[in-house]
Amino acid sequence: MTPTLARRHLDGGSWKELPKVKLQRKNRLRALSLGAVAVSGALALTACGSDDTGKSNGGGSSASASNNSAIKCDDAKGQLQASGSSAQKNAIDAWVAQFKAACSSVQINYNPTGSGAGITAFTQGQTAFAGSDSPLKPEEATAAKKACGGNAAIDLPMVGGPIAIGYNLDGVDNLTLDASTLAKIFDGKITTWNDKAIAKLNPDAKLPSTKIQAFHRSDESGTTDNFTKYLKAVAPSDWKYSGGKAWQAKGGQSAQGSSGLAQQVKQVPGAISYFELSYAADGINTVDLKTDAATPVKATVENATKAIATAKVAGTGNDLALSLNYKPTEEGAYPLTLVTYEIVCEKGNKADTLAATKSFLTYIASEDGQKLLTDAKYAPIPDEIITKVRSTISSLS
Amino acid sequence: MDISTQNAEAPPPTPQPSAAVLKSASRGATRPGDRIFLGLSRGSGIFLLAIMAAIAAFLTYRAALAISKDHGNFLTTFEWNTSLEPATFGIAVLAFGTVVSALIAMVLAVPVAVGIALFITHYAPRRLGGTIAYVIDLLAAVPSIVYGLWGALVLVPHMDGLFGWLDHYFGWTGIFEWQGGAPRSMLTVGILLAIMILPIITNVSREVFRQVPQMHEEAALALGATRWEVIRMSVLPFGRSGVISASMLGLGRALGETMAVATVLSPTFDINASLLDPGGGTFAQNIASKFSEATPLGQDALIASGLVLFVITLLVNGAARVIINRRKEYSGANA
Repeated sequence: MTPTLARRHLDGGSWKELPKVKLQRKNRLRALSLGAVAVSGALALTACGSDDTGKSNGGGSSASASNNSAIKCDDAKGQLQASGSSAQKNAIDAWVAQFKAACSSVQINYNPTGSGAGITAFTQGQTAFAGSDSPLKPEEATAAKKACGGNAAIDLPMVGGPIAIGYNLDGVDNLTLDASTLAKIFDGKITTWNDKAIAKLNPDAKLPSTKIQAFHRSDESGTTDNFTKYLKAVAPSDWKYSGGKAWQAKGGQSAQGSSGLAQQVKQVPGAISYFELSYAADGINTVDLKTDAATPVKATVENATKAIATAKVAGTGNDLALSLNYKPTEEGAYPLTLVTYEIVCEKGNKADTLAATKSFLTYIASEDGQKLLTDAKYAPIPDEIITKVRSTISSLS
Repeated sequence: MDISTQNAEAPPPTPQPSAAVLKSASRGATRPGDRIFLGLSRGSGIFLLAIMAAIAAFLTYRAALAISKDHGNFLTTFEWNTSLEPATFGIAVLAFGTVVSALIAMVLAVPVAVGIALFITHYAPRRLGGTIAYVIDLLAAVPSIVYGLWGALVLVPHMDGLFGWLDHYFGWTGIFEWQGGAPRSMLTVGILLAIMILPIITNVSREVFRQVPQMHEEAALALGATRWEVIRMSVLPFGRSGVISASMLGLGRALGETMAVATVLSPTFDINASLLDPGGGTFAQNIASKFSEATPLGQDALIASGLVLFVITLLVNGAARVIINRRKEYSGANA
């Protein structure tokens, strides 16, 4: 609409046609030169950008180039459509890059639409597998049977990850909190950083009287779900809300997506929020969690794997849905974690994608595949569980 | 008029041939080419209506499904929990936020847009006017997510000063009270939306002002009017209905803006009298935020909220039409 308006304006059509034509030509010249400057600027910018990514990717791919032996293409070919959780997007991207290099006959498209939309697409038979940051609910499992020809759809835990609590507080580089204090902060019960409860956990820190700005996700998200599940499991008397992907507590501020939250923490003094560890880059400090162990636990990939190792398999048969242990007593186990699952049909997978699905899942569950996760700040699934996942994948049909 | 006088003056030599001519003319309409074209155009008209009806029926059906499962009151509940048992959700907060943010945007954008349009058409040297018009056109071409990113990364961090000032001098009104949170509130969104709708309103207003008959302006000048009086007496009355239509176009964009609002706003499911503290969300923002993780019921609930936005937009457009029709006598269209 605007271009036509602009053209009409330039063409004029009213009185005094001549001078206008001249003006128009000059304007166009000026516009062109402006455009040229803008384009060259953009080119320079993208050039810088691609340089950066080139470097960081270069390190990763050269290190893992030898891993390709773990990928067995067999007779897999064609297109593999998948969609779902955006929390595991970076992991899938890394895997797909490796897989593509080894099996050029298979094309994998993972669309990070979000877990809910991913499960819907899987149920409607549009995708070969779905990614989800929580296992199938009973009603979802019933619906998913349709896509599997009456057979069950199963959850395969594949990617773990610590949820970090990031904060922005000048002069405080180490902060320890426990679930009950976190619950009170995010529920608006603790409003300043020098509150007694925080001071008690951090006797050595110089806490300012800054107001606490607690940020939560404005969109529905598995990260919110897992974070609130943790609060509810460990501090039920301080967190009265039911879990769920939508934020339940009143008050506080919100932002879109994990990147939006990380952005706010970076910008706003006194801010605190939760996001996957990979977003806690660029100098965002993360909280150490006080667990039942003697020393507070840092949010790291290794510590998350230690905590996931204490999880129990809650699914039946080949369904490997996990029930996470939020109160580990082991030293160095970081309990605030998120596990994403790949959801496939136990039997009755589509014939034309079965080979490719099995081949790809076998790779990502393999030792080499899981090793790749640490580079992307995800946590590998502990040995005991991933062994079960591997045997389940080999029996898919 | 010409035709009627011709007919009246044409001497009817013999009445019968003319009837025959008429007959053959009407028979001409039934020639195959005409018939096919008639069928095609009628068909596409009906097809369009059928598609619209099908979409409306589908949306209404899904919306009705959601509302029937709503544990709260769909119109008054201050909550949006679709994945819980029982699901409780309502559009009160969304309707409030949508209308308030769009109103702020209109209040800020319309005067500025009219000013720019007047400057371009009546004050600026031609060369400068052309450049400004070009830059305004550029503003309209920026994708809304870019506005959103700019808003979140540049505008929001720079709003602290304005918010502090408003709170200090106008905090007593309650509307401009600020608790000191991140300035990601209705006012910030309104300002961002104002920038986004500025080009639409400016462009349309400019075209309207450009079409003011030269005679009107010269007549006013001849009566000894100053430039401002010329604008007040001839340009503004002539352009009034056009400016209203332009504002409605802008309002439509402000009501439906999605990504920019979702990136900048800190939505909460309660209503706050203060425009500076978090409170409220908008329909489009809520749909964009919740859709990706929504359960089937959640999707239906979002569709229902979309229908409400549709109804609000219809009402606003209807109101604008009524205003324009009532003002028609002032416009130059029939002068």
